[in-house]
Amino acid sequence: MSSADIYREIILDYYRNPRNYGKIQDPDIAQRDSNPLCGDELEMHLNIKDDKVADVKFTGKGCAISQASASMLTELILGKDFEYVKKLTKEDILDNLGLHDLGPARIKCALLSLKVLKSGLYSYLVDKLHDTASADKIKEESSGLY
Amino acid sequence: MQTSFINIENIRNDFPILKRMVHKNKPLVYFDNAATTQKPIQVIEAISNYYLNYNSNIHRAVHELAEEATLAYEATRDKIAKFINVKNREEIIFVRGTTEAINLVAYAWGRQNINKDDIIVTTEYEHHSNIVPWQLLAKEKGAKLEYIGVDDNGELILDHLDAYLKTGKVKIVAFSQMSNVLGTITNSEEIVKRCKAYGVRVLIDGAQSVPHLKVDLQKLDCDFFAFSAHKMLGPTGVGVLWAKKELLQEMVPFNGGGDMIREVHKYETTWNDLPYKFEAGTPNIADVIGFAAALDYLNNIGMDKVREHEMELTKYALDKLSQIKGIVLYGPKDVAKRGGVISFNLGDIHPHDLATIIDEDGIAIRSGHHCAQVLMERLDVSATSRASFYIYNTKEEVDVFIRSLNRAKELFKL
Repeated sequence: MSSADIYREIILDYYRNPRNYGKIQDPDIAQRDSNPLCGDELEMHLNIKDDKVADVKFTGKGCAISQASASMLTELILGKDFEYVKKLTKEDILDNLGLHDLGPARIKCALLSLKVLKSGLYSYLVDKLHDTASADKIKEESSGLY
Repeated sequence: MQTSFINIENIRNDFPILKRMVHKNKPLVYFDNAATTQKPIQVIEAISNYYLNYNSNIHRAVHELAEEATLAYEATRDKIAKFINVKNREEIIFVRGTTEAINLVAYAWGRQNINKDDIIVTTEYEHHSNIVPWQLLAKEKGAKLEYIGVDDNGELILDHLDAYLKTGKVKIVAFSQMSNVLGTITNSEEIVKRCKAYGVRVLIDGAQSVPHLKVDLQKLDCDFFAFSAHKMLGPTGVGVLWAKKELLQEMVPFNGGGDMIREVHKYETTWNDLPYKFEAGTPNIADVIGFAAALDYLNNIGMDKVREHEMELTKYALDKLSQIKGIVLYGPKDVAKRGGVISFNLGDIHPHDLATIIDEDGIAIRSGHHCAQVLMERLDVSATSRASFYIYNTKEEVDVFIRSLNRAKELFKL
Protein backbone atom coordinates (compact mmCIF):
# COMPACT_ATOMS: atom_id res chain seq x y z
CA MET A 1 0.00 0.00 0.00
CA SER A 2 1.16 3.54 -0.68
CA SER A 3 2.48 5.90 1.96
CA ALA A 4 -0.48 8.19 1.44
CA ASP A 5 -2.72 5.24 2.42
CA ILE A 6 -0.58 4.28 5.40
CA TYR A 7 0.06 7.70 6.90
CA ARG A 8 -3.53 8.83 7.00
CA GLU A 9 -4.67 11.61 9.33
CA ILE A 10 -5.85 9.12 11.92
CA ILE A 11 -2.56 7.23 12.13
CA LEU A 12 -0.61 10.47 12.47
CA ASP A 13 -3.04 11.69 15.10
CA TYR A 14 -2.62 8.56 17.23
CA TYR A 15 1.15 8.75 16.73
CA ARG A 16 1.37 12.36 17.86
CA ASN A 17 -1.40 12.27 20.48
CA PRO A 18 -1.40 8.71 21.78
CA ARG A 19 -4.44 7.75 23.85
CA ASN A 20 -3.89 5.73 27.02
CA TYR A 21 -0.19 6.58 27.07
CA GLY A 22 1.42 5.97 30.45
CA LYS A 23 1.84 3.42 33.19
CA ILE A 24 -0.41 1.78 35.78
CA GLN A 25 0.77 1.45 39.39
CA ASP A 26 0.96 -2.24 40.35
CA PRO A 27 -0.72 -3.55 37.22
CA ASP A 28 -2.07 -7.11 36.97
CA ILE A 29 -0.23 -7.47 33.68
CA ALA A 30 3.02 -5.70 32.72
CA GLN A 31 4.70 -6.76 29.52
CA ARG A 32 7.53 -5.29 27.49
CA ASP A 33 8.99 -6.28 24.16
CA SER A 34 11.09 -4.77 21.40
CA ASN A 35 11.67 -5.44 17.75
CA PRO A 36 15.34 -6.39 17.51
CA LEU A 37 15.49 -5.39 13.86
CA CYS A 38 14.55 -1.79 14.39
CA GLY A 39 14.71 -1.22 18.13
CA ASP A 40 11.04 -0.26 18.49
CA GLU A 41 9.99 -0.65 22.12
CA LEU A 42 6.62 -1.18 23.69
CA GLU A 43 5.39 -1.76 27.24
CA MET A 44 1.75 -2.47 28.10
CA HIS A 45 0.09 -2.43 31.51
CA LEU A 46 -3.37 -3.90 32.20
CA ASN A 47 -5.66 -4.29 35.14
CA ILE A 48 -8.26 -7.07 35.02
CA LYS A 49 -11.37 -6.81 37.18
CA ASP A 50 -14.47 -9.03 37.06
CA ASP A 51 -13.14 -10.69 33.91
CA LYS A 52 -12.93 -7.35 32.15
CA VAL A 53 -10.11 -5.02 31.16
CA ALA A 54 -10.55 -2.39 33.86
CA ASP A 55 -7.58 -0.28 32.77
CA VAL A 56 -4.90 -0.35 30.11
CA LYS A 57 -1.92 1.89 29.36
CA PHE A 58 1.13 1.75 27.15
CA THR A 59 4.51 3.43 26.74
CA GLY A 60 6.94 3.05 23.91
CA LYS A 61 9.27 4.43 21.29
CA GLY A 62 8.97 3.69 17.63
CA CYS A 63 7.48 4.44 14.27
CA ALA A 64 4.04 5.87 13.60
CA ILE A 65 2.65 2.45 12.73
CA SER A 66 3.83 0.69 15.90
CA GLN A 67 2.80 3.50 18.24
CA ALA A 68 -0.58 4.16 16.61
CA SER A 69 -1.24 0.44 16.61
CA ALA A 70 -0.55 0.21 20.35
CA SER A 71 -2.69 3.20 21.19
CA MET A 72 -5.60 2.01 19.07
CA LEU A 73 -5.33 -1.45 20.59
CA THR A 74 -5.65 -0.02 24.11
CA GLU A 75 -8.86 1.74 23.06
CA LEU A 76 -10.13 -1.43 21.46
CA ILE A 77 -9.75 -3.56 24.58
CA LEU A 78 -10.57 -1.12 27.38
CA GLY A 79 -13.71 -2.34 29.17
CA LYS A 80 -13.94 -5.49 27.06
CA ASP A 81 -14.31 -9.05 28.36
CA PHE A 82 -11.12 -10.88 29.11
CA GLU A 83 -12.35 -13.68 26.80
CA TYR A 84 -12.67 -11.24 23.89
CA VAL A 85 -9.12 -10.00 24.44
CA LYS A 86 -7.80 -13.55 24.51
CA LYS A 87 -9.29 -14.20 21.09
CA LEU A 88 -8.00 -11.10 19.30
CA THR A 89 -6.31 -11.93 16.01
CA LYS A 90 -3.85 -10.33 13.66
CA GLU A 91 -6.74 -9.49 11.31
CA ASP A 92 -8.58 -7.66 14.12
CA ILE A 93 -5.54 -5.44 14.65
CA LEU A 94 -5.03 -4.70 10.97
CA ASP A 95 -8.78 -3.99 10.56
CA ASN A 96 -8.64 -1.66 13.51
CA LEU A 97 -5.73 0.23 11.95
CA GLY A 98 -7.14 0.12 8.44
CA LEU A 99 -3.82 -1.25 7.23
CA HIS A 100 -4.13 -4.43 5.22
CA ASP A 101 -1.40 -4.65 2.64
CA LEU A 102 1.69 -3.79 4.63
CA GLY A 103 4.88 -5.39 3.38
CA PRO A 104 6.70 -8.02 5.46
CA ALA A 105 9.04 -5.46 7.04
CA ARG A 106 6.34 -3.08 8.21
CA ILE A 107 3.70 -5.58 9.29
CA LYS A 108 5.96 -6.36 12.27
CA CYS A 109 5.52 -2.75 13.37
CA ALA A 110 1.75 -3.05 13.23
CA LEU A 111 1.69 -6.31 15.17
CA LEU A 112 4.21 -5.54 17.92
CA SER A 113 1.35 -4.33 20.14
CA LEU A 114 -0.58 -7.58 19.77
CA LYS A 115 2.56 -9.58 20.43
CA VAL A 116 3.17 -7.69 23.67
CA LEU A 117 -0.48 -8.07 24.70
CA LYS A 118 -0.50 -11.81 24.03
CA SER A 119 2.77 -12.36 25.92
CA GLY A 120 1.28 -10.44 28.85
CA LEU A 121 -1.87 -12.54 28.78
CA TYR A 122 0.24 -15.69 28.69
CA SER A 123 2.14 -14.75 31.85
CA TYR A 124 -1.09 -13.68 33.57
CA LEU A 125 -2.82 -16.96 32.76
CA VAL A 126 0.14 -19.02 33.97
CA ASP A 127 1.18 -17.03 37.04
CA LYS A 128 -2.11 -15.66 38.36
CA LEU A 129 -4.85 -17.96 37.03
CA HIS A 130 -2.76 -21.14 36.77
CA ASP A 131 -4.61 -21.88 33.55
CA THR A 132 -1.80 -23.43 31.51
CA ALA A 133 -4.17 -24.87 28.90
CA SER A 134 -5.46 -21.42 27.86
CA ALA A 135 -1.95 -20.01 28.15
CA ASP A 136 -0.52 -22.62 25.81
CA LYS A 137 -3.29 -21.89 23.32
CA ILE A 138 -2.37 -18.18 23.32
CA LYS A 139 1.27 -19.00 22.96
CA GLU A 140 0.55 -21.21 19.97
CA GLU A 141 -1.63 -18.57 18.31
CA SER A 142 0.84 -15.74 18.86
CA SER A 143 3.83 -17.72 17.64
CA GLY A 144 2.57 -17.11 14.12
CA LEU A 145 2.36 -13.34 14.58
CA TYR A 146 5.74 -12.49 13.14
CA MET B 1 26.09 17.31 -13.71
CA GLN B 2 28.62 14.98 -12.18
CA THR B 3 31.53 15.32 -9.85
CA SER B 4 34.65 16.17 -11.73
CA PHE B 5 36.84 13.39 -10.41
CA ILE B 6 35.57 10.23 -12.07
CA ASN B 7 33.55 9.34 -15.12
CA ILE B 8 30.34 8.26 -13.47
CA GLU B 9 28.57 7.34 -16.68
CA ASN B 10 31.19 4.70 -17.52
CA ILE B 11 31.16 3.41 -13.98
CA ARG B 12 27.37 3.13 -13.82
CA ASN B 13 27.39 1.09 -17.01
CA ASP B 14 29.43 -1.55 -15.19
CA PHE B 15 26.67 -2.05 -12.61
CA PRO B 16 23.72 -3.86 -14.21
CA ILE B 17 21.56 -3.49 -11.09
CA LEU B 18 21.61 0.32 -11.37
CA LYS B 19 19.55 0.02 -14.55
CA ARG B 20 16.62 -1.69 -12.86
CA MET B 21 13.43 0.01 -11.81
CA VAL B 22 11.85 -0.36 -8.40
CA HIS B 23 8.19 0.10 -7.46
CA LYS B 24 7.33 -0.48 -11.12
CA ASN B 25 8.84 2.60 -12.77
CA LYS B 26 11.18 4.38 -10.39
CA PRO B 27 14.90 4.34 -11.20
CA LEU B 28 16.82 2.86 -8.30
CA VAL B 29 18.70 5.37 -6.16
CA TYR B 30 20.94 3.18 -4.04
CA PHE B 31 22.07 5.05 -0.93
CA ASP B 32 22.63 2.06 1.36
CA ASN B 33 26.30 1.54 0.57
CA ALA B 34 27.46 1.49 4.18
CA ALA B 35 25.41 -1.72 4.55
CA THR B 36 26.65 -3.30 1.32
CA THR B 37 27.66 -1.95 -2.07
CA GLN B 38 26.50 -3.09 -5.49
CA LYS B 39 28.78 -5.31 -7.61
CA PRO B 40 30.22 -4.44 -11.01
CA ILE B 41 29.87 -6.92 -13.86
CA GLN B 42 33.61 -7.67 -13.61
CA VAL B 43 33.13 -9.15 -10.13
CA ILE B 44 30.04 -11.11 -11.13
CA GLU B 45 31.88 -12.51 -14.16
CA ALA B 46 34.97 -13.48 -12.16
CA ILE B 47 32.77 -15.56 -9.88
CA SER B 48 30.87 -17.25 -12.72
CA ASN B 49 34.09 -17.84 -14.60
CA TYR B 50 35.45 -19.82 -11.66
CA TYR B 51 32.31 -21.96 -11.46
CA LEU B 52 32.06 -22.36 -15.24
CA ASN B 53 35.70 -23.10 -16.01
CA TYR B 54 37.92 -24.10 -13.12
CA ASN B 55 35.79 -24.94 -10.09
CA SER B 56 37.79 -27.19 -7.78
CA ASN B 57 39.13 -27.30 -4.26
CA ILE B 58 42.40 -25.54 -3.53
CA HIS B 59 45.82 -26.23 -2.06
CA ARG B 60 46.19 -30.02 -2.09
CA ALA B 61 44.99 -31.59 -5.34
CA VAL B 62 47.56 -31.82 -8.12
CA HIS B 63 45.26 -31.59 -11.14
CA GLU B 64 45.14 -28.59 -13.45
CA LEU B 65 41.83 -27.18 -12.25
CA ALA B 66 43.02 -27.16 -8.66
CA GLU B 67 46.20 -25.41 -9.65
CA GLU B 68 44.31 -22.70 -11.48
CA ALA B 69 41.92 -22.24 -8.56
CA THR B 70 44.77 -22.13 -6.02
CA LEU B 71 46.64 -19.55 -8.07
CA ALA B 72 43.56 -17.34 -8.41
CA TYR B 73 42.71 -17.65 -4.70
CA GLU B 74 46.25 -16.81 -3.63
CA ALA B 75 46.48 -13.97 -6.14
CA THR B 76 43.73 -12.19 -4.19
CA ARG B 77 45.91 -12.37 -1.08
CA ASP B 78 48.73 -10.62 -2.93
CA LYS B 79 46.38 -7.95 -4.23
CA ILE B 80 45.06 -7.27 -0.73
CA ALA B 81 48.60 -7.02 0.66
CA LYS B 82 49.31 -4.34 -1.94
CA PHE B 83 45.95 -2.60 -1.50
CA ILE B 84 46.43 -1.99 2.24
CA ASN B 85 50.24 -1.86 1.95
CA VAL B 86 51.45 -4.71 4.12
CA LYS B 87 54.79 -6.43 3.65
CA ASN B 88 53.96 -10.05 4.43
CA ARG B 89 51.25 -11.78 2.44
CA GLU B 90 51.03 -14.54 5.08
CA GLU B 91 49.65 -11.98 7.54
CA ILE B 92 46.44 -11.78 5.47
CA ILE B 93 43.83 -14.23 6.80
CA PHE B 94 40.61 -14.83 4.85
CA VAL B 95 37.52 -14.88 7.03
CA ARG B 96 33.78 -14.45 6.39
CA GLY B 97 33.76 -10.76 7.20
CA THR B 98 34.77 -8.08 9.66
CA THR B 99 32.60 -9.62 12.37
CA GLU B 100 34.38 -12.95 12.14
CA ALA B 101 37.78 -11.24 12.07
CA ILE B 102 37.10 -9.40 15.33
CA ASN B 103 35.67 -12.52 16.93
CA LEU B 104 38.79 -14.40 15.86
CA VAL B 105 41.02 -11.89 17.65
CA ALA B 106 38.81 -11.77 20.75
CA TYR B 107 38.89 -15.56 20.91
CA ALA B 108 42.35 -16.55 19.77
CA TRP B 109 44.36 -13.58 21.05
CA GLY B 110 42.01 -12.37 23.78
CA ARG B 111 41.70 -15.62 25.68
CA GLN B 112 45.48 -15.92 25.95
CA ASN B 113 46.19 -12.32 26.81
CA ILE B 114 43.27 -10.87 28.74
CA ASN B 115 43.08 -11.63 32.45
CA LYS B 116 40.98 -10.64 35.44
CA ASP B 117 40.79 -6.85 36.02
CA ASP B 118 42.46 -6.06 32.70
CA ILE B 119 40.80 -3.31 30.67
CA ILE B 120 39.59 -3.60 27.08
CA VAL B 121 38.86 -0.21 25.50
CA THR B 122 36.42 0.42 22.66
CA THR B 123 34.41 3.49 21.64
CA GLU B 124 30.84 4.76 21.80
CA TYR B 125 30.57 4.79 18.01
CA GLU B 126 31.34 1.15 17.38
CA HIS B 127 29.25 -1.28 15.42
CA HIS B 128 27.94 -4.13 17.60
CA SER B 129 30.57 -6.36 15.99
CA ASN B 130 33.29 -4.39 17.78
CA ILE B 131 31.46 -4.40 21.12
CA VAL B 132 29.82 -7.78 21.66
CA PRO B 133 32.94 -9.99 21.13
CA TRP B 134 34.74 -7.87 23.76
CA GLN B 135 31.78 -8.07 26.14
CA LEU B 136 31.85 -11.86 25.86
CA LEU B 137 35.59 -11.92 26.49
CA ALA B 138 35.39 -9.47 29.41
CA LYS B 139 32.62 -11.52 31.07
CA GLU B 140 34.54 -14.75 30.63
CA LYS B 141 37.77 -13.33 32.05
CA GLY B 142 36.42 -10.92 34.64
CA ALA B 143 37.97 -8.05 32.70
CA LYS B 144 36.48 -4.56 32.27
CA LEU B 145 35.18 -3.00 29.09
CA GLU B 146 35.54 0.80 28.84
CA TYR B 147 34.36 3.27 26.21
CA ILE B 148 36.00 6.30 24.63
CA GLY B 149 33.18 8.85 24.48
CA VAL B 150 31.92 10.81 21.47
CA ASP B 151 31.71 14.63 21.58
CA ASP B 152 28.89 16.75 20.16
CA ASN B 153 30.70 17.04 16.85
CA GLY B 154 30.68 13.25 16.52
CA GLU B 155 34.40 12.83 17.25
CA LEU B 156 36.13 10.68 19.84
CA ILE B 157 37.20 12.28 23.10
CA LEU B 158 40.81 11.13 23.27
CA ASP B 159 41.24 12.39 26.84
CA HIS B 160 39.15 9.37 27.83
CA LEU B 161 41.70 7.10 26.19
CA ASP B 162 44.54 8.78 28.09
CA ALA B 163 42.74 8.26 31.40
CA TYR B 164 42.29 4.54 30.71
CA LEU B 165 45.88 4.13 29.51
CA LYS B 166 47.21 5.75 32.69
CA THR B 167 45.70 2.95 34.81
CA GLY B 168 48.30 0.63 33.27
CA LYS B 169 45.63 -2.05 32.96
CA VAL B 170 44.63 -1.62 29.31
CA LYS B 171 45.56 -4.59 27.11
CA ILE B 172 43.86 -3.70 23.85
CA VAL B 173 42.09 -0.73 22.27
CA ALA B 174 39.61 -1.61 19.50
CA PHE B 175 38.04 1.11 17.36
CA SER B 176 36.52 1.80 13.99
CA GLN B 177 38.50 3.83 11.46
CA MET B 178 35.23 5.33 10.22
CA SER B 179 31.92 5.37 12.06
CA ASN B 180 29.17 3.54 10.17
CA VAL B 181 26.59 6.00 11.54
CA LEU B 182 28.31 9.40 11.81
CA GLY B 183 30.83 8.91 9.04
CA THR B 184 33.49 10.33 11.38
CA ILE B 185 37.01 9.44 10.30
CA THR B 186 38.90 8.44 13.42
CA ASN B 187 42.26 10.01 14.16
CA SER B 188 43.74 6.51 14.04
CA GLU B 189 47.43 7.45 13.86
CA GLU B 190 47.09 9.46 17.05
CA ILE B 191 45.33 6.64 18.92
CA VAL B 192 47.94 4.11 17.80
CA LYS B 193 50.73 6.47 18.88
CA ARG B 194 49.26 6.91 22.35
CA CYS B 195 48.68 3.18 22.74
CA LYS B 196 52.24 2.33 21.64
CA ALA B 197 53.60 4.55 24.39
CA TYR B 198 51.97 2.16 26.87
CA GLY B 199 52.69 -1.05 24.96
CA VAL B 200 48.97 -1.55 24.35
CA ARG B 201 47.68 -3.56 21.36
CA VAL B 202 45.39 -1.90 18.81
CA LEU B 203 42.66 -3.43 16.68
CA ILE B 204 41.14 -1.31 13.92
CA ASP B 205 37.78 -2.05 12.32
CA GLY B 206 38.26 -0.93 8.71
CA ALA B 207 34.88 -2.09 7.39
CA GLN B 208 33.82 1.48 6.54
CA SER B 209 37.24 2.99 5.81
CA VAL B 210 39.00 0.60 3.42
CA PRO B 211 36.25 0.91 0.77
CA HIS B 212 36.45 4.71 0.77
CA LEU B 213 39.93 5.86 1.78
CA LYS B 214 43.49 4.96 0.99
CA VAL B 215 44.64 2.82 3.91
CA ASP B 216 48.34 2.22 4.56
CA LEU B 217 48.90 -0.32 7.31
CA GLN B 218 52.66 0.15 7.43
CA LYS B 219 52.09 3.80 8.18
CA LEU B 220 49.25 3.08 10.59
CA ASP B 221 51.27 0.47 12.51
CA CYS B 222 48.35 -1.09 14.39
CA ASP B 223 48.37 -4.76 15.49
CA PHE B 224 45.10 -6.08 14.06
CA PHE B 225 43.02 -4.80 11.15
CA ALA B 226 39.70 -6.12 9.82
CA PHE B 227 37.49 -5.37 6.81
CA SER B 228 34.89 -6.92 4.48
CA ALA B 229 34.79 -7.41 0.71
CA HIS B 230 31.08 -6.78 0.26
CA LYS B 231 31.31 -3.14 1.33
CA MET B 232 33.83 -2.46 -1.46
CA LEU B 233 32.23 -3.91 -4.61
CA GLY B 234 33.15 -7.48 -3.68
CA PRO B 235 30.95 -10.45 -2.84
CA THR B 236 29.42 -11.24 0.56
CA GLY B 237 31.06 -13.89 2.73
CA VAL B 238 34.66 -12.71 2.37
CA GLY B 239 36.55 -10.64 4.86
CA VAL B 240 40.13 -10.05 5.86
CA LEU B 241 41.92 -10.16 9.15
CA TRP B 242 45.41 -8.73 8.99
CA ALA B 243 47.66 -9.08 12.02
CA LYS B 244 51.33 -8.82 12.77
CA LYS B 245 53.14 -12.09 12.14
CA GLU B 246 54.55 -12.46 15.64
CA LEU B 247 51.04 -12.17 17.09
CA LEU B 248 49.52 -14.67 14.67
CA GLN B 249 52.32 -17.10 15.43
CA GLU B 250 51.62 -16.98 19.17
CA MET B 251 47.86 -17.22 18.80
CA VAL B 252 45.98 -20.51 19.04
CA PRO B 253 43.86 -21.50 16.02
CA PHE B 254 40.26 -20.25 15.91
CA ASN B 255 38.78 -23.23 14.05
CA GLY B 256 40.24 -26.73 13.90
CA GLY B 257 39.92 -28.87 10.79
CA GLY B 258 41.35 -29.47 7.36
CA ASP B 259 43.98 -27.22 5.77
CA MET B 260 45.03 -25.62 9.06
CA ILE B 261 47.19 -28.59 10.12
CA ARG B 262 50.69 -29.83 9.46
CA GLU B 263 50.35 -33.29 11.01
CA VAL B 264 47.40 -34.84 12.80
CA HIS B 265 47.85 -37.78 15.14
CA LYS B 266 45.33 -39.34 17.48
CA TYR B 267 45.96 -36.96 20.36
CA GLU B 268 48.28 -34.29 19.00
CA THR B 269 48.26 -31.95 16.03
CA THR B 270 50.82 -29.50 14.76
CA TRP B 271 49.62 -26.35 13.00
CA ASN B 272 50.15 -25.37 9.42
CA ASP B 273 52.13 -22.23 8.59
CA LEU B 274 50.53 -18.80 8.36
CA PRO B 275 48.06 -17.90 7.00
CA TYR B 276 46.64 -21.43 6.66
CA LYS B 277 46.70 -22.03 10.43
CA PHE B 278 43.65 -19.72 10.57
CA GLU B 279 41.87 -20.93 7.43
CA ALA B 280 40.36 -24.26 8.45
CA GLY B 281 38.10 -26.08 5.99
CA THR B 282 37.34 -25.33 2.36
CA PRO B 283 37.26 -21.54 2.17
CA ASN B 284 34.94 -19.35 0.13
CA ILE B 285 37.04 -19.83 -3.01
CA ALA B 286 34.69 -18.31 -5.59
CA ASP B 287 34.10 -15.14 -3.63
CA VAL B 288 37.75 -14.65 -2.71
CA ILE B 289 38.46 -14.83 -6.45
CA GLY B 290 35.61 -12.38 -7.08
CA PHE B 291 37.10 -10.00 -4.52
CA ALA B 292 40.25 -9.67 -6.64
CA ALA B 293 38.12 -8.23 -9.46
CA ALA B 294 36.69 -5.68 -7.01
CA LEU B 295 40.20 -4.64 -5.93
CA ASP B 296 41.23 -4.30 -9.58
CA TYR B 297 38.18 -2.15 -10.21
CA LEU B 298 38.97 0.21 -7.33
CA ASN B 299 42.64 0.34 -8.29
CA ASN B 300 41.69 1.33 -11.82
CA ILE B 301 39.72 4.28 -10.51
CA GLY B 302 42.24 5.07 -7.78
CA MET B 303 41.34 5.40 -4.11
CA ASP B 304 42.25 9.09 -4.11
CA LYS B 305 39.62 9.64 -6.80
CA VAL B 306 37.07 7.60 -4.87
CA ARG B 307 37.63 9.79 -1.84
CA GLU B 308 37.48 13.04 -3.81
CA HIS B 309 34.24 12.00 -5.49
CA GLU B 310 32.63 11.09 -2.18
CA MET B 311 33.78 14.30 -0.49
CA GLU B 312 32.24 16.38 -3.26
CA LEU B 313 29.00 14.40 -3.19
CA THR B 314 28.81 14.51 0.62
CA LYS B 315 29.38 18.27 0.67
CA TYR B 316 26.67 18.72 -1.95
CA ALA B 317 24.24 16.55 0.03
CA LEU B 318 25.04 18.18 3.38
CA ASP B 319 24.47 21.64 1.88
CA LYS B 320 21.10 20.63 0.45
CA LEU B 321 20.01 18.69 3.54
CA SER B 322 20.88 21.48 5.95
CA GLN B 323 18.44 23.73 4.07
CA ILE B 324 15.51 21.47 4.98
CA LYS B 325 13.64 22.91 7.94
CA GLY B 326 13.36 20.52 10.87
CA ILE B 327 16.29 18.29 9.93
CA VAL B 328 18.88 17.19 12.47
CA LEU B 329 22.21 16.08 10.96
CA TYR B 330 24.64 13.97 12.97
CA GLY B 331 28.42 13.82 12.69
CA PRO B 332 31.17 16.31 11.76
CA LYS B 333 30.21 19.28 9.58
CA ASP B 334 33.60 19.32 7.86
CA VAL B 335 33.71 16.83 4.96
CA ALA B 336 37.47 16.44 5.44
CA LYS B 337 36.66 14.75 8.75
CA ARG B 338 33.96 12.40 7.48
CA GLY B 339 33.17 9.83 4.85
CA GLY B 340 30.10 9.61 2.63
CA VAL B 341 27.73 8.52 5.39
CA ILE B 342 25.01 10.92 6.51
CA SER B 343 22.74 10.14 9.44
CA PHE B 344 19.80 12.39 10.17
CA ASN B 345 16.33 12.77 11.62
CA LEU B 346 13.57 14.80 10.05
CA GLY B 347 11.05 16.39 12.43
CA ASP B 348 9.11 13.75 14.32
CA ILE B 349 9.05 11.33 11.39
CA HIS B 350 10.41 8.05 12.65
CA PRO B 351 13.25 6.76 10.42
CA HIS B 352 11.27 3.64 9.51
CA ASP B 353 8.36 5.71 8.32
CA LEU B 354 10.71 7.99 6.40
CA ALA B 355 12.48 5.04 4.74
CA THR B 356 9.12 3.56 3.75
CA ILE B 357 7.98 6.81 2.17
CA ILE B 358 11.13 7.54 0.17
CA ASP B 359 11.43 3.90 -0.90
CA GLU B 360 8.31 4.58 -2.94
CA ASP B 361 10.38 7.07 -4.92
CA GLY B 362 12.99 4.38 -5.58
CA ILE B 363 15.42 5.52 -2.89
CA ALA B 364 17.08 2.88 -0.75
CA ILE B 365 18.38 4.20 2.58
CA ARG B 366 18.87 2.58 5.98
CA SER B 367 16.74 3.33 9.02
CA GLY B 368 17.12 2.10 12.56
CA HIS B 369 19.98 1.78 15.00
CA HIS B 370 22.56 0.60 12.40
CA CYS B 371 23.90 -2.01 14.83
CA ALA B 372 25.15 0.86 16.96
CA GLN B 373 22.76 1.02 19.92
CA VAL B 374 25.46 2.35 22.26
CA LEU B 375 25.81 5.37 19.95
CA MET B 376 22.01 5.76 19.69
CA GLU B 377 21.95 6.05 23.50
CA ARG B 378 24.70 8.66 23.35
CA LEU B 379 22.78 10.65 20.72
CA ASP B 380 19.62 10.11 22.78
CA VAL B 381 17.62 8.82 19.83
CA SER B 382 16.12 5.41 19.20
CA ALA B 383 17.01 5.46 15.52
CA THR B 384 18.31 7.56 12.65
CA SER B 385 17.93 7.56 8.88
CA ARG B 386 21.18 7.02 7.01
CA ALA B 387 22.15 7.75 3.42
CA SER B 388 25.55 6.45 2.33
CA PHE B 389 27.28 6.98 -1.02
CA TYR B 390 29.71 5.22 -3.30
CA ILE B 391 31.49 5.69 -6.61
CA TYR B 392 28.38 5.32 -8.76
CA ASN B 393 26.19 7.86 -6.96
CA THR B 394 25.46 11.25 -8.51
CA LYS B 395 24.32 14.73 -7.56
CA GLU B 396 21.16 14.13 -9.58
CA GLU B 397 20.37 11.25 -7.25
CA VAL B 398 20.90 13.53 -4.26
CA ASP B 399 18.37 15.92 -5.83
CA VAL B 400 15.81 13.09 -6.15
CA PHE B 401 16.47 12.24 -2.51
CA ILE B 402 15.93 15.83 -1.35
CA ARG B 403 12.65 16.07 -3.30
CA SER B 404 11.50 12.84 -1.72
CA LEU B 405 12.31 14.07 1.79
CA ASN B 406 10.17 17.11 1.12
CA ARG B 407 7.33 14.82 0.02
CA ALA B 408 7.68 12.93 3.33
CA LYS B 409 7.41 16.23 5.18
CA GLU B 410 4.19 17.00 3.34
CA LEU B 411 2.73 13.57 4.11
CA PHE B 412 3.52 14.10 7.79
CA LYS B 413 2.17 17.65 7.55
CA LEU B 414 5.42 19.20 8.74
